[in-house]
Amino acid sequence: MTEALSDSFALVGRQMRHIRRMPEQLLGITVMPVAFVIVFGYLFGSAMQVPGQGGYKEYIMAGIFAQVMLANITTTAVGVVNDLNNGLVDRFRALPISRSSVLIGRTVADAVLVTWTCAVMALVGFLIGWRAHNGILQTLAGFGLLLLMGFAMSWLGALIGLTLRNVETVSALSGVIMMPLAFLSNAFVPLDGLPSWLRAIAEWNPVSSVVSASRELFGNEQGATGGAFPAQHPIPTALTVLVVLLLVVVPLAGRAYQKAAAQR
Amino acid sequence: METAITAEGLRKRYGDHQALSGIDLSVPAGTILGVLGPNGAGKTTTVRILATLLEPDEGRATVAGYDLAKQPLQVRRNIGLTGQYAAVDERLTGRENIELIGVLLHLGRRAAKARAAELLEQFGLTDAGDRMAKTYSGGMRRRLDLAASLVARPPVLFLDEPTTGLDLTSRLALWGMIREQVDSGTTVLLTTQYLEEADQLADSIVVIDNGRVIADGTPDELKRKVGGERLEVSVADAVDLPAVIRTLAAVSPAVPVVDDETRTVSVPLTGGVATIASAAAGLETLGIEPEDFAVRRSSLDDVFLALTGQTGRAAASDTAGDGKEAGQGPVAAVSNSKQKEKEPA
Ligand SMILES: Nc1ncnc2c1ncn2[C@@H]1O[C@H](COP(=O)(O)OP(=O)(O)OP(=O)(O)O)[C@@H](O)[C@H]1O
Ligand SMILES: [Mg+2]
Repeated sequence: MTEALSDSFALVGRQMRHIRRMPEQLLGITVMPVAFVIVFGYLFGSAMQVPGQGGYKEYIMAGIFAQVMLANITTTAVGVVNDLNNGLVDRFRALPISRSSVLIGRTVADAVLVTWTCAVMALVGFLIGWRAHNGILQTLAGFGLLLLMGFAMSWLGALIGLTLRNVETVSALSGVIMMPLAFLSNAFVPLDGLPSWLRAIAEWNPVSSVVSASRELFGNEQGATGGAFPAQHPIPTALTVLVVLLLVVVPLAGRAYQKAAAQR
Repeated sequence: METAITAEGLRKRYGDHQALSGIDLSVPAGTILGVLGPNGAGKTTTVRILATLLEPDEGRATVAGYDLAKQPLQVRRNIGLTGQYAAVDERLTGRENIELIGVLLHLGRRAAKARAAELLEQFGLTDAGDRMAKTYSGGMRRRLDLAASLVARPPVLFLDEPTTGLDLTSRLALWGMIREQVDSGTTVLLTTQYLEEADQLADSIVVIDNGRVIADGTPDELKRKVGGERLEVSVADAVDLPAVIRTLAAVSPAVPVVDDETRTVSVPLTGGVATIASAAAGLETLGIEPEDFAVRRSSLDDVFLALTGQTGRAAASDTAGDGKEAGQGPVAAVSNSKQKEKEPA
């Protein structure tokens, strides 16, 4: 167990070295989310109307955070496929190390990076006027929930990468998964304008639950709250969905890793 | 002698393609086994199975005394693997690549650093050690890859086409490094498409094709099996050919083989020097001055071509087929030189 931890730690270190070697990569992963914060929070902020005094600026931040967490699917999937095709997965699998450490190393490293992105976004959000109103603990809980989502998305990405084993297919598929999850949710717009059937879908979309839950924890605007169970109880719903997802995806990814072979 | 690798009846199927249909191997400790085979023969599949990366559908194997299916972790503790495509993390330096393996093997940070320095030195990568592996040439990557598989000083080493794509100098250097490992007691299973490589390095060879072992033995045994030595005489003028055929037919029990294109006649060298002497005397009596008069040992290339049946006609006309069936064929086997031209050797 401790060996698995130290192996994972060494592999996290490997990815941190990648970043240290190419700091511009860090810039690369931060630019888009920060641009989102500025465009949605600052530029659209005045045009979009949501009830309450915080306005769209407060409404949108949790949505953009969640969008960034969703993108972890692609990040991890592509990373895993690259390791597979570089032969590194073969190398690691032929070593007497615990089978879980390679995927744990990868997903934890990606979580560290997304934490960094989150921190920068939060700072920029703060500069343009976003505030959390429920004190430090609830705010941290909000970020914790978002990062848990990022972690779960990483494992989902690992599973997708190990199954599809091809960068193009992986990027295409994760795009197809992410679009409806992000846009059929309350991440960017309040749901009251939607036709009722679409609204029902969006309310049951787990991304909506995570977004609502973090809005609640941050004390930010919720927009109109729907009547569906997840909309009424976003925090327990979000936690349950994420934990169940991890419980399903982690063993599946582990199994896929055991059989992993590059596609040539 | 102790056996480092054994395999019995390894079978592996991909979809409806039978990649391995029963591979048997046995490698004595401290020796090199060359696994020789054309593209798609099943070399990589065999290596991946033996290195615990792939489960066979059927068959069993032991590596370093451990059962592959029951004790995969023990097997992994005792092997080093250099895959067909160099497995290096391009965004780490060469040194970091090796150190990472050392840390993952729980050598401890300091020992991992020391071992990395040692291996970089041994593989001539000290100067490039602190450069990103992305900047390495193919040969340097290969060396780094080999170094990375040696971190734990594994007693059994799998090398899948270690020199494919390398120039002659790098290849020779890598051969030297492989020999050093064997001298220090390591057992090596190496796959290759280069007969020369198997000939130079391997103590014994198995030739596989279509997932089956089609021949095995020492390099010498294989050469003998397929061709042995032949006496070859070529003349400048095709007019002399019939006389040469008659002369060689007289000194050998086998049927002479004629290649019209090169105006060469050959027979198996059954009687040693006596055969050579009487052939020379016979030609001299007839006043024929050969352009070339030589004893040729069939190369592993001949063996390989004869066994795998690739460009089989060319091989048959030159050495192999008739070597085996000497005396049973037609009076003079005349090769079809047009066919020969079409088929690259
Ligand atoms: N993952 C796979 N899925 C389907 N077929 C495969 C897979 N891996 C190998 N094969 C097939 O199995 C056969 C044996 O492949 P293998 O890679 O072992 O050959 P090889 O001897 O290493 O060839 P090469 O010299 O080209 O490396 C080939 O016909 C190949 O197409
Ligand atoms: Mg191969």
